[in-house]
Amino acid sequence: MKRTLVDKIWDSHVVVSKSGFPDALYINTHFIHEVTSPQAFDGLRKRGIPVFRPRKTRATADHNVPTIDQHLPIKEALSRHQVEMLTKNTAEFGVELYGLGHPYQGIVHVIGPELGITLPGMTIVCGDSHTSTHGAFGAMAFGIGTSEVEQVLATQCILQYRPKRMKIEINGQLKKGVVSKDIILYIISKISASGATGYFVEYCGEAIRSLSMEARMTICNMSIEMGARGGLIAPDETTFAYIKGREFAPKGADWEKALAYWKTLYSDADAQFDKTLRFDAADIEPMITYGTNPGMGMGITQHIPALEQVEDKERPSFKKSLDYMALEPGSALLGRPVDYVFIGSCTNSRIEDLRMVADFVKGKRKADNVVVWIVPGSKQVEAQAKKEGIDKVFEAAGFQLREPGCSACLGMNEDKVPAGMYCISTSNRNFEGRQGPNARTFLASPLTAAAAAITGKVADVRELV
Amino acid sequence: MKKNFQHLISTAVPLPIENIDTDQIIPARFLKATTREGFGENLFRDWRYDADNQPKADFVLNDSRYKGEILVAGKNFGCGSSREHAAWAIADYGFKVVVSSFFADIFKNNALNNFILPIQVSDDFLQQVFSAIEADANAQLEVDLEAQFIKIVATGAQENFDINPYKKACLINGYDDIDYLLSLRQEIEKYEAGREFNF
Repeated sequence: MKRTLVDKIWDSHVVVSKSGFPDALYINTHFIHEVTSPQAFDGLRKRGIPVFRPRKTRATADHNVPTIDQHLPIKEALSRHQVEMLTKNTAEFGVELYGLGHPYQGIVHVIGPELGITLPGMTIVCGDSHTSTHGAFGAMAFGIGTSEVEQVLATQCILQYRPKRMKIEINGQLKKGVVSKDIILYIISKISASGATGYFVEYCGEAIRSLSMEARMTICNMSIEMGARGGLIAPDETTFAYIKGREFAPKGADWEKALAYWKTLYSDADAQFDKTLRFDAADIEPMITYGTNPGMGMGITQHIPALEQVEDKERPSFKKSLDYMALEPGSALLGRPVDYVFIGSCTNSRIEDLRMVADFVKGKRKADNVVVWIVPGSKQVEAQAKKEGIDKVFEAAGFQLREPGCSACLGMNEDKVPAGMYCISTSNRNFEGRQGPNARTFLASPLTAAAAAITGKVADVRELV
Repeated sequence: MKKNFQHLISTAVPLPIENIDTDQIIPARFLKATTREGFGENLFRDWRYDADNQPKADFVLNDSRYKGEILVAGKNFGCGSSREHAAWAIADYGFKVVVSSFFADIFKNNALNNFILPIQVSDDFLQQVFSAIEADANAQLEVDLEAQFIKIVATGAQENFDINPYKKACLINGYDDIDYLLSLRQEIEKYEAGREFNF
C-alpha cells in the first residue's frame, strides 16, 4: 500500500487502535514550558501518579521570561511564580529543565532542534500551537492543550484521530529578496486562516528542497495559522547534515542505523493525499499582513482589498479588522511609517535569521522613529551571534539585542507594543492585542522587518538590496 | 469533581464575528495563573473592558438582554494559540455549549476535555440562530447530545450535529481521556519494548 509520510509515522506510533475509539499514539518527545504545564502537574498530584517517562519530557522557561537582566529575579510577581512553579514541578517529577541561566535555555521550538532532541520520524507534542515547527525534520509534531499535556506526562501517549493529508507543492525558485517567511505568508493568504483545518500538511517541491533547516522551520511553524494540525517536510541530506553531531543526536553505529531508517521517511510515489495545492515560487513577492489574522496578507506592493472585493457576509469581520488596524480598505501599506520592529519568536529568531538581518543592516543605522527589538531564540543563538560579531552590527545600527524568550510575539512579559502603535514583526500572529492591548501588528519576513527598521516605514526590501 | 453533559435548554449569547482567536477569548497576559479556576472574569477581556477596566456598553457580554449557557459565534471559532485557558474561561463564565459553523481543531479538543460541547452547524443554520436571537433575545435553543440535535425552540428548526462516539460517551458519562489511557499501561509498555529507537 502506498502511504504518505504522515501515515508512515502515524502507523509506527499506534499503541492501540480500537474501533469507535481514537488511536492511542506513542509520543517520543514532549516539550513543556511554564505557561501550559502547571495545571497538568497539579492533575498528576491529584491522581497521585508520577510522570510515566520523565526522560522523554524536556522543559524550558520561555513564554513569560523577561528579555533583559535575566540574571536578576523576575520583577513581575505572577510571572516569577509561574517560572518558579516550573522549577518546582520539574524537580519534583524528575524532568530535565533548561531554565533561566542555563546555557540551553530558549524558546522551546528553537532549542529542540538545535540540541538534536528533535529527530526525523518522531512524534512530538507540546502545549503550544507552534509545535508544528519540528515538522521541518520530518517529525509529526503538533500543539496540544493542558489536559493533553497531563495525558502525555501520565502515559507518554495521546488520543488522536488520524488527520486528513494535504500536499502543498512550491515549484520553481524564489526571487531575490523573497525568503521562506514570504512563502508561508503567501500560502496562508491564498487559503485563509482556516484553509487547512483538519489536515496535516506536507510541504514539498523544488523551492522547499532548496531551503535550509532554519528556513524550513519557519514554514512548518506557521502551519497552525491556516488551521493545520501540523506541517512537515520529508528529511533529506540537508536535514541529516543539520542533525549530525548535535548534542542529543544519535552517534556512531546508532547514527548509521538511524540514518538508514530516516531515509525511508518520505511519501511514496502515488500516495493519496486528500488535497493537493501547487504554487509557483516565482509568483511570490515579499509579503506583509494588513489585518488581524495571518490570512489577511498581501504582496508588499499590493493594496488592501476594497470593500467591494470582500464577500458580503465577510464584510463585518473585515471592517472590524481594518478598524482595529486603523487602515482604509483599498489603501497601500508601502511607505507607511511604523513605530516598532520586532525580530524574534519561534518563527524567526534562529541564527540564520539574525545573520540575514545583520548582512542587510551592516553599515546602516535605524530610522529615528522606530524602536528595534532583536530577541534571539535561545542562549545558544545569542552566544553564536556574539561570536560572529552580529551583536556589534546591531549595536552600531541602534538595535537592541535582548535575551532569549517569546517576548513581544505574545506580550506576556514586559515586551509589549504600546496601544495604537504599529509594529512590523517577524512573529506569527497579528491578532488584536497580541503584542499588547490595542497594539497593531504587520507580519513580515526578517528582511522586510530590517528594511522597515532602516527606513522607518513599510518598505520593499528588493529596492534596498 | 466529575462533570458531564447530556441535555440543555437555554437562551444564548450571540457573537457574530468570524475567526475569533483564543487571544481574544483570553489574552496572554491573563495566562499567568497556575490553577484552572477564575479565568471567566477575563473572558473576552479586551472586547469586554476598556483600558480603564470599565465595561464597554456595546459588547454583548455587557448587554443585560443576552444571557444563557450557550455561546453562538461566527466561523473558525477558537483559532490560534493552543491555550486551554480559553476553554477554562468559557466554562468558568458559565457556558456549556458553543455553536459555530466551524471550529479550530485544538480548541475543539480542549473544549471536549472540559465538558464543553462544541456544536458545528451549517452556515445556514447558524444564520437562523443569529436571526432568532436578534428577533427575540430570550429565544431558546435546545441541545440534545444523545440524539445529536440542536433546535431553535421558537421556530422548531433543528439540525443534527456530528460528534465522535468516543467523545460523546465521555461527555455523557463524565469520563476523561486519562482514565482510558491509564488502562492501556500494558499495551504501552509492550509497544516500548518493541522499539529500538525513540522515533
